[in-house]
Amino acid sequence: MSNKIFSDPLIDNNPITKQVLGVCSALAVTVKLEMAIVMAVSLTFVVTFSNLIVSLLRNYIPSNVRIIVQLVIIATLVILVDQVLQAYMYDVSKQLSVFVGLIITNCIVMGRAEAFAMSNGPKDSMLDGLGNGIGYGSILIVVSMVREILGSGQLYGYQIIPLSMYLDQGGWYMNNGLMLLAPGAFIVLGLLIWVQRTYTGYIEE
Amino acid sequence: MELLQHYLSLATKTIFIENMILAYFLGMCSYLAVSKKIETSIGLGKAVIFVNGITVPLNWCINNYLLKEGALSWTHIPGIETVDLSFLHLIMFIATIAALVQLVEMIIEKFSASLYTSLGIFLPLITVNCSILGASLFMNERAYTFGESVVFGVSAGAGFALAIVSMSAIRFKLKYSNIPSGLRGLGITMILTGLISMAYLAFSGIQL
Repeated sequence: MSNKIFSDPLIDNNPITKQVLGVCSALAVTVKLEMAIVMAVSLTFVVTFSNLIVSLLRNYIPSNVRIIVQLVIIATLVILVDQVLQAYMYDVSKQLSVFVGLIITNCIVMGRAEAFAMSNGPKDSMLDGLGNGIGYGSILIVVSMVREILGSGQLYGYQIIPLSMYLDQGGWYMNNGLMLLAPGAFIVLGLLIWVQRTYTGYIEE
Repeated sequence: MELLQHYLSLATKTIFIENMILAYFLGMCSYLAVSKKIETSIGLGKAVIFVNGITVPLNWCINNYLLKEGALSWTHIPGIETVDLSFLHLIMFIATIAALVQLVEMIIEKFSASLYTSLGIFLPLITVNCSILGASLFMNERAYTFGESVVFGVSAGAGFALAIVSMSAIRFKLKYSNIPSGLRGLGITMILTGLISMAYLAFSGIQL
């Protein structure tokens, strides 16, 4: 049972490609692999612990103010992440700009708190949060790898495509600058959803 | 006159060049979920313009009179000039937005039944719409003045409305086309958004 809770959101019920949650940040931070990894770790941390806390408090939260209570719990965790990033990884935190703060309104965190943690025990909720965080992170990492390799010929800051192949070095290759811009993100994610849905056989009506 | 021109170019920049959805990906969740029907997209678009136009200036006031370093100096308490509460801005912004949305919902329910029927159901959706919090965070990051934050709030909402209404019009036509089964729904919407966003890149050539 608990294995299923953890593994289900990884592929079959992935938060981005199936549940359509948390797409905003998935697109914005995937220009570079480094940013995507930092974002994936931050979100996994926030969703795991917000699920744990909400689940521990679920019997004490009055149902008509539950959204505000959830938001406060999530916002507190996000402030922690934001302060840690600013202290130890200042450059990355500058590049991520507003998107760390936007974890608060990331639908995955709210969605899981509302749909799962409000009605399940702490251990299962934590596993569900961890699974969803990793499911989200894996999509982020795949999209960012495609965008970084095609867009700047690098992976995690290291040159992958040999410099001698470039046009200005006498070769024939050129980076696809579109991949670094917004349209590249939309199209790569669209194609990835196609691949994932063909694999799982899910059809939207 | 110069000020007006400045505001006008800020509005153009926010609506077309730095569109909330097409350039910054903010508010994608509700964009994807609501753009299935034109009527609902127009409703959500209006609600976002309305709420953004209020929350961004309000958060500007909170930021400049409560949170920033030295912002509390209007209280004249000795030693308060060095107090810096800006680490609280995330929680303050989201609390303001949540409270304000609730308040607006109650007010329009009381005073305007027709407005409530057209906006009412979208207001709860808006609290967790990234483009609302995002607009406030951008206002903070770019250090806008009060006037600029009003213009920025309204036009960020207008940019969102423009994108969502045009997308729902395309999806309406899409119903009659034969799309590969795995691409139906979310997949094709993403790719189409990519194409619209590519078209919007043309605006970035405008010199302001």
